[in-house]
Amino acid sequence: MKTYDAIVVGAGHNGLTNAAFLAKAGLDVLCVEKNDYIGGAAVSRNLYKDWIYSNCSYVCSLLRPEIFRALELHRHGLQVTPYGGGVTFMENGDYFGTYWDSEVAHREYARFSKHDADASVRYSADVMRQCRFIRDSLLRTPPDPTSFKPKDLAELMHLGKQFYEMGEDRMYETIRFWTMSVAEYLDEYFETDVIKASMSGSGIIGTALGIHSPGTAYVLLHHYMGEVDGNVGSWGYARGGMGAVSKAIAGAFQAYGGELRTDAGVEKIVTRDGKVKGVALTNGDEIDANIVVSGMDVKRTFLKCMDESDLPKAFYRRVKNFKIRGSSGKLNIALDGMPTFPALPKGSPLLDGDMHFIDSMERMERAYDDWKEGTWSKDPYVDMVIPTVTDPTMAPPGKHFMSCFVQYCPPKVEGREWTDAERDEFGKTVIDQIGDYSPDFKDLILHVEIRTPKEIENEAGLTEGNIFHGELTMDQLLFNRPVPGYAQYRAPVGGLYMCGSSTHPGGGVMAAPGANAAREILLDLKRQNTVPENFGDD
Amino acid sequence: MTEQFDVIMVGGGHNGLVCANLLAKAGKSVLVLEANEQAGGAAVTQSFADGYSVSSGAHLLYGLQPQVERDLGLKVRLAADNMSTIALSDDGKHIRIKGSSVQGVGDNDQAEMRDFHKQMLKFSSLLRPFLNKTPPRLGAGGREDLATLAQLGLKVRLLGKTDMRDFLRLIGMNIYDEVEERFSNPLLKGAISLDAVLGTHLGPRSPNTILTLLYRLAATGGRIASPAGGMGAVTKTLADSAQKQGVDIRTSKRVKQIIVDNGRATGVRTEDDDVFMSMTVVSNADPKRTIMDLVGTRHVETGFARRIHHLRMRGNAAKLHLALDGLPAIKGLDKKDFAERLVIAPDADYVERAFNPAKYGETSPNPVVEMTFPSLRDTSLAPAGKHVMSAVVQYAPYELKAGWDDAARARFEDAIMDTLARYAPDLKGRVVASELLTPPDFEQRFGMGGGHWHHGELTFDQFLFVRPVAGAAQYAMPLDGLYLCGAGAHPGGNVSGAAGRNAARAILATEKGS
Repeated sequence: MKTYDAIVVGAGHNGLTNAAFLAKAGLDVLCVEKNDYIGGAAVSRNLYKDWIYSNCSYVCSLLRPEIFRALELHRHGLQVTPYGGGVTFMENGDYFGTYWDSEVAHREYARFSKHDADASVRYSADVMRQCRFIRDSLLRTPPDPTSFKPKDLAELMHLGKQFYEMGEDRMYETIRFWTMSVAEYLDEYFETDVIKASMSGSGIIGTALGIHSPGTAYVLLHHYMGEVDGNVGSWGYARGGMGAVSKAIAGAFQAYGGELRTDAGVEKIVTRDGKVKGVALTNGDEIDANIVVSGMDVKRTFLKCMDESDLPKAFYRRVKNFKIRGSSGKLNIALDGMPTFPALPKGSPLLDGDMHFIDSMERMERAYDDWKEGTWSKDPYVDMVIPTVTDPTMAPPGKHFMSCFVQYCPPKVEGREWTDAERDEFGKTVIDQIGDYSPDFKDLILHVEIRTPKEIENEAGLTEGNIFHGELTMDQLLFNRPVPGYAQYRAPVGGLYMCGSSTHPGGGVMAAPGANAAREILLDLKRQNTVPENFGDD
Repeated sequence: MTEQFDVIMVGGGHNGLVCANLLAKAGKSVLVLEANEQAGGAAVTQSFADGYSVSSGAHLLYGLQPQVERDLGLKVRLAADNMSTIALSDDGKHIRIKGSSVQGVGDNDQAEMRDFHKQMLKFSSLLRPFLNKTPPRLGAGGREDLATLAQLGLKVRLLGKTDMRDFLRLIGMNIYDEVEERFSNPLLKGAISLDAVLGTHLGPRSPNTILTLLYRLAATGGRIASPAGGMGAVTKTLADSAQKQGVDIRTSKRVKQIIVDNGRATGVRTEDDDVFMSMTVVSNADPKRTIMDLVGTRHVETGFARRIHHLRMRGNAAKLHLALDGLPAIKGLDKKDFAERLVIAPDADYVERAFNPAKYGETSPNPVVEMTFPSLRDTSLAPAGKHVMSAVVQYAPYELKAGWDDAARARFEDAIMDTLARYAPDLKGRVVASELLTPPDFEQRFGMGGGHWHHGELTFDQFLFVRPVAGAAQYAMPLDGLYLCGAGAHPGGNVSGAAGRNAARAILATEKGS
């Protein structure tokens, strides 16, 4: 029987990226996927008539441009269209809009507060500086601070140098930025509640933390450090839905000679004598490989697909206690037409972007309190987009697709499984919230798909439906991700690697974990590196 | 004629007294100006009902630094040392915690507690040497700064691979996840959570709460003591010692302005318009009061003023004092148990739920409580046969949305009494008099801004190199001749004397250097 050079488990964007870089280096690579379609959580699905849903992830920005170029994704059909504004609707009928044009943006801030308008300039500069610092680390393997190996020492020195070169003031600023809550951080700049509420959302999306939890300022960064067409911090839509990203990477992978197999769920990662041997599929097939790379999150990889006895005890305990908490839900909605929002003028460019319905910091935090009590937020933070305003290919002419990301939604309701009635109730909460700002919205709904963490887990295989494959808290970042001592993509079993978002630098459709893991694998195999590491743009 | 001193100390709290003492010892003429009738700041014993006295502010000693006692050549008398913590359960099945040992929980929890305590102690001992040191400056490149940084780095490395990894992982974590991972007994989880959030604007689920716990342990390894004569006796000892050293302490003298002349602090003006001059002014007041009120922002650089303005120091801890005609009955407790530290924090979620309302400017309907009955070990505090209860109660936010009017105070006191009555049903009937001190009361009585015990939250962004704010962590404020020596400076709160001692050393070192 054939032995592959490498098997990559899971055809999500990271698995595919990893597989593509390995194939590009000349390895004989098989990528197996449990679903009968590829993409993981970067997926476009046709679940209702002629509509295409970006079923999980819904906007694109974090995908590393170096990877885009190295895999020539444009040749495989990927187009990302930036979108303009965004809006937060207010209970009093007003709204706060966000604009890319800095003068317009300034005027909008000033409509609420002159002070905030001025502060916003300082804010952008400060946050962008933090972005530059972190962006440098995205395509680098985190050093092991306990190691004395030259490579680790050099990498530590590099980090230290980056930090040191900021100068004294900026160093302090960085320490504070990495440890503060998003609420406190914003308090230092802004005075207007709705402005802070509108910005704070990026600090909690996908996390089981509230805006007042220390550490959330960093999460903010995680949503700002992306770019579209070289515009740092901007967001865009992948034409044809987020599945276009995976499809393009898969295209690159296959063009490099890789083999893709869907409907091939992995039951077990097979080991022999402390070394990986291959995978056993749920249908009973066994496939051999010298290397197995898991694109699944660490809990799925080690707790479900391996035996406890295969792993060091301390490692097993850490994986078991790895924080990967379901905190988000999703609604995908097919619309008969464009809903109107009376607060905005017709055709307002703000409708191109993300829309929110929480206008105060207190409401933001209260949404989190509900989650802590084991229930979905009764007044949730909804990040809503209508991609079809920008990309008409996702729905029939004149019709629209709406994606609602919902924070917070627990993996279980008060500790027990979700019932269908509860799921519908959760969906109704979101629809009602939007309906309060758009009188015709409910009548335009043709089809709704409600996804709690349970559905997200079942579909995309994300444990607890956690979109980042694990919380982005300090204890799980950089050299702590996923497990201290194992942050360099190598699992504690010979030939086994991790390349999913559980590894550095974490979640978001960034593809950096997949690429970084490929670099480490090629290094172990003494192959020529195919993975980009330098930033041309900073 | 204006009087002239080498050093003027604004405020006679415990840190101010320690600092003044050490400066006098080095030959300086030192004047301490204290707004209240007695020195001691928030570490005082005050009468709150006829015949009943209590430590009004801090009531337990967690961290008095042995270096302070040594340098000053004094010894604080303790009524109780190495106290146990009893985590109360409403069914009388309490658990007792002392250091690493815990009674009343399963074998597994006992073993985990030993392991947990050992680990926390090890990590906190990394911080300990830094408590009694001026924090290094980053990047500015003094040789001593680099040496201190290198020392910290080396200490972390010397932990060995496993511990170092755990340290780097745990240091940013929340206490909730750690206790949930380790323990099964809810009382144990609650009590440890309480230790981590006491005096902070954090709940157990907030990241940073492992740091606050480590900080508490760093001072004295978690030993809890109760001073004889209440906390006032500690500061009385410090004041006496200072006076013996020649420090001039004047009470009922409130400083209203730090005089700045040509970009230099040159003296102070008091409320009654007396002026005192000195080359060095040291403030024991909190950083906000010092810079915003006493100095005035026009004398400092804008960025610094902004940072001080944003310093987070909104207190959440209230105190309830009860004068009792006898000890209440608590199911499962002997009389001698009342001499220990009793806590009401039945589980970690309870503590978190108590925290929730504080985020919205509301008090906890079911507060967490740390209580002591100091009269049991110290008969000077109450008439014979009678008792005093002193309790720290959270959460009572400084900025109450509805305002701290009489109704709000009554509502909160009722909530505390109802909580206490669940454990001590006959307590209400024994109350002779009571006193509730909210954060605004602390601010008013002791002058601590926001009523915050630590003169500022102990979070990473206000810790070590960045306490009180970035660029001013070395006791010298960015105004010539002005220093900070209170809890707002490194290493922060608790009755430790460390900030005062470090400040004195920094001041003397500067003079030597110049």
